[in-house]
Amino acid sequence: MKRITSHVAKGLFGLPFLLTSPLLLAEVASGEGSSINLRRGATDISGQVYDLHMLMFFICIAIAVAVFGVMFASMYLHRKSRGAKPAHFHENVKVEIAWTVVPFIILIVMAIPAAKTLIAMEDTSEPDLTVVVTGSQWKWHYRYMDRDVEFYSLMATQREQIENKFEKGANYLLEVDRPLVIPTGQKVRFLITSDDVIHSWWVPDFAVKKDANPGFINESWAKVNDPGIYRGQCAELCGKDHGFMPVVVIAKEPAEFEAWMSAQEEAARLAKEEEQRLLSMNMSMDELMHEGKRVYNATCAACHMPNGEGLPGVFPALKGSQMVLEDQAAHIDIVLNGKTGTAMQAFGKMLSLKDIAAVVTYERNAWGNNTGDMVQAKDVNAVVNGN
Amino acid sequence: MSKANEVIAPNVAAHHEDHDHHSHIPKGITRWLFTTNHKDIGTLYLWFAFIMFLIGGAMAMVIRAELFQPGLQIVEPNFFNQMTTVHGLIMVFGAVMPAFTGLANWLIPMMIGAPDMALPRMNNWSFWILPGAFLILLSSLFLEGGGPAFGWTFYAPLSTTYSGDSTALFVFSVHIMGISSIMGAINVIVTIFNMRAPGMTWMKMPLFVWTWLITAFLLIAVMPVLAGAVTMVLTDKFFGTSFFDAAGGGDPVMFQHIFWFFGHPEVYIMILPAFGIISQIVPTFSRKKLFGYASMVYATGSIALLSFVVWAHHMFTTGMPVYMEMFFMFATMLISVPTGVKVFNWVATMWRGSLTFEMPMMFAIAFIVLFTIGGLSGLMLAIVPVDFQYHDTYFVVAHFHYVLVTGAIFSIMAAVYYWLPKWTGKMYHTGLAKWHFWCSLVSVNVLFFPMHFVGLAGMPRRIPDYALQFADFNKWISLGGFAFGLSQLIFLALLIKACKKQGEPVSSQVWEGAEGLEWEIPSPAPYHTFETPPVVK
Repeated sequence: MKRITSHVAKGLFGLPFLLTSPLLLAEVASGEGSSINLRRGATDISGQVYDLHMLMFFICIAIAVAVFGVMFASMYLHRKSRGAKPAHFHENVKVEIAWTVVPFIILIVMAIPAAKTLIAMEDTSEPDLTVVVTGSQWKWHYRYMDRDVEFYSLMATQREQIENKFEKGANYLLEVDRPLVIPTGQKVRFLITSDDVIHSWWVPDFAVKKDANPGFINESWAKVNDPGIYRGQCAELCGKDHGFMPVVVIAKEPAEFEAWMSAQEEAARLAKEEEQRLLSMNMSMDELMHEGKRVYNATCAACHMPNGEGLPGVFPALKGSQMVLEDQAAHIDIVLNGKTGTAMQAFGKMLSLKDIAAVVTYERNAWGNNTGDMVQAKDVNAVVNGN
Repeated sequence: MSKANEVIAPNVAAHHEDHDHHSHIPKGITRWLFTTNHKDIGTLYLWFAFIMFLIGGAMAMVIRAELFQPGLQIVEPNFFNQMTTVHGLIMVFGAVMPAFTGLANWLIPMMIGAPDMALPRMNNWSFWILPGAFLILLSSLFLEGGGPAFGWTFYAPLSTTYSGDSTALFVFSVHIMGISSIMGAINVIVTIFNMRAPGMTWMKMPLFVWTWLITAFLLIAVMPVLAGAVTMVLTDKFFGTSFFDAAGGGDPVMFQHIFWFFGHPEVYIMILPAFGIISQIVPTFSRKKLFGYASMVYATGSIALLSFVVWAHHMFTTGMPVYMEMFFMFATMLISVPTGVKVFNWVATMWRGSLTFEMPMMFAIAFIVLFTIGGLSGLMLAIVPVDFQYHDTYFVVAHFHYVLVTGAIFSIMAAVYYWLPKWTGKMYHTGLAKWHFWCSLVSVNVLFFPMHFVGLAGMPRRIPDYALQFADFNKWISLGGFAFGLSQLIFLALLIKACKKQGEPVSSQVWEGAEGLEWEIPSPAPYHTFETPPVVK
């Protein structure tokens, strides 16, 4: 046992430092997109946070080196196999006071810049633009205050990539169908809330991570310096697909942003007109089923599963479900308004009348349900209006 | 010492003449079911904890197997969430806490010169309700819809409105665990207050006894808070209350305040006894008295008190007023002062000692280094602006596994190696012990150290699949995890050998530098000890 003394000491202390050294090395060459460290990010605040992180990191390394150094020296110098005789001291008030006071002073050195940065981060006053960010299982919804634009943002990675059937793309799990777009150089305030469980909206490059609490609104902000695409993820466990709820933000120059915004407003206006027009039209079964399958897989399949069988005990099956086979009005109603006290959300504000008509038709005819029922946009509209 | 010493401690009657009328040890299963002997109950607790450690570890293997590469290969996300949840619950309530209670049972009476715990029947009960609690929890995994999948922190409303029916089983099992812990804590407090041998004054108590006394008060203070939290979850889910539902006037963030008011002291419940163990072991193998005994006691007390005013540092991203964030940041940073004092004292104890590196010392030194790493990352996490970046990433996972695995669990292993010869009368198999130590030390760092990097690079925790830039590190982390899991089978083999009474007989002092009452009784410790209290000078 005693023979291994010095090897022991070396091995024990070598390891953590050996493992730390790549971090230090990479730090020298640090830049954007580090795979082992925080990033400087795209805002002044995220840069301050990065500096604070590095300050803390180096202070901690210094403390570790000092403490472990003394211990290592003792393990080498004062080992019995080297003939060390134990000393008899076992207290020293001066030393004890010193190593209480010195750490306290180090803490104050840390606390001052931390407090300054924190105060700056929490100052959400006088924004140039405000976006309401709403989390729900498992997607984000963005609404621009004072502008007529709002949309859901869903993960765009194909299911087949997750199931290892297709090759994974460069932005695997970090891509969405409709990213949030914000202007550069302007203070954008985010009002963050949730429709169901707690989520957390996180964009590492902005140093913004704020919980989305159902029934309450949190505030955060970012002033992005450079145009670009910034990716993040939901950071609070929010159920089954917590890992599949990315955040993508595109920062554009203000002029480009305005152009984008006008186009979105125009598109929203056209969609409303289209919706009115569809009320007086009927779609064919093929069209409904085709459209319905698309909507189902994008919106419903996460819980009810692509085969309509749900997850027993967690999410009910639609295949062979009594409501789906029989009660059409109740079926439309639950899709529109959700079911309180369960994970079933109200999709009325997320999907168009046409989408809901198609998906209800799909559910009533897929997987051997074969009711033959066709639901049109006007049928859905009738339920919306309470007829 | 008699021939009987070659048998494992609990199986043997000590042949002291004046003990003969006590020396009939019951045989068979009823001995263990009905035992009121602190040593038997200690053994039960420790084996139970080890079995739970292996079960919880097996779940960690499932998690690491799924995370070995990107994509979903082995388990569904819903089952993945059940694994992370139950892994956490089992390791906290099934492995670490019962192991410390087992050590308390074995050691506190022997250290303070008491014949047994003060409340032996309650002691039996506090152990025997535990297997039932974990049976309920584990059986919920086999229900339709599976077991709890909302994380061991069970944040509402994920654990209320959006959880499965098995939540009821989760709630009841946590209640039973809580009752068990509270009974154990009461027993520790009553024993220490009333049954110290003459002359064993407060400031002569071994530090393991001190730290457990303080831990016991923490348990009594916060386990009822946990019971309240799970009860509110139960009524919110099944009886229509709205404690955590804004639609009914409640607040989901209030759940987190209540949970972490329990949860933060709980962290110290899992580490203060570890401090005690290290404070016993380091002086022995340094052949030198513990440096700064009194400051160790005061530091432990300060940590315990501060632990009640830092809970919201787990919740910086929930949206708090800035002055509250400041308060909790500064209070949290303050904890590093008494914790630092402890580490400095251990190093000062070693300084100019006469060191040898037997297995308990090896684990103790590994503890000091690796726990300190966990402590330093904890200090980084206290800084609110950067915590916004670290929070709920693998950086946090790395942090708390450094303090809980290489902290709490390494201290438990150190303790087992340190006192096992006293319990069995035989030295453990040193070859296996070395293999166990070195394999564990290397693999645990391969397992947890790269988690710092993926966390900083932006990988959230509790996800079953991840973006491609995290793939390389996750592969290493998983390999480290499998190796660490396998390493514990070496420990199992060593423990089985020890219980089969194999090994070199040891003296009553066992270790050259060991001091304290437990080293004055024969090895193996007789079934009944200190029926006549010793006098401590």
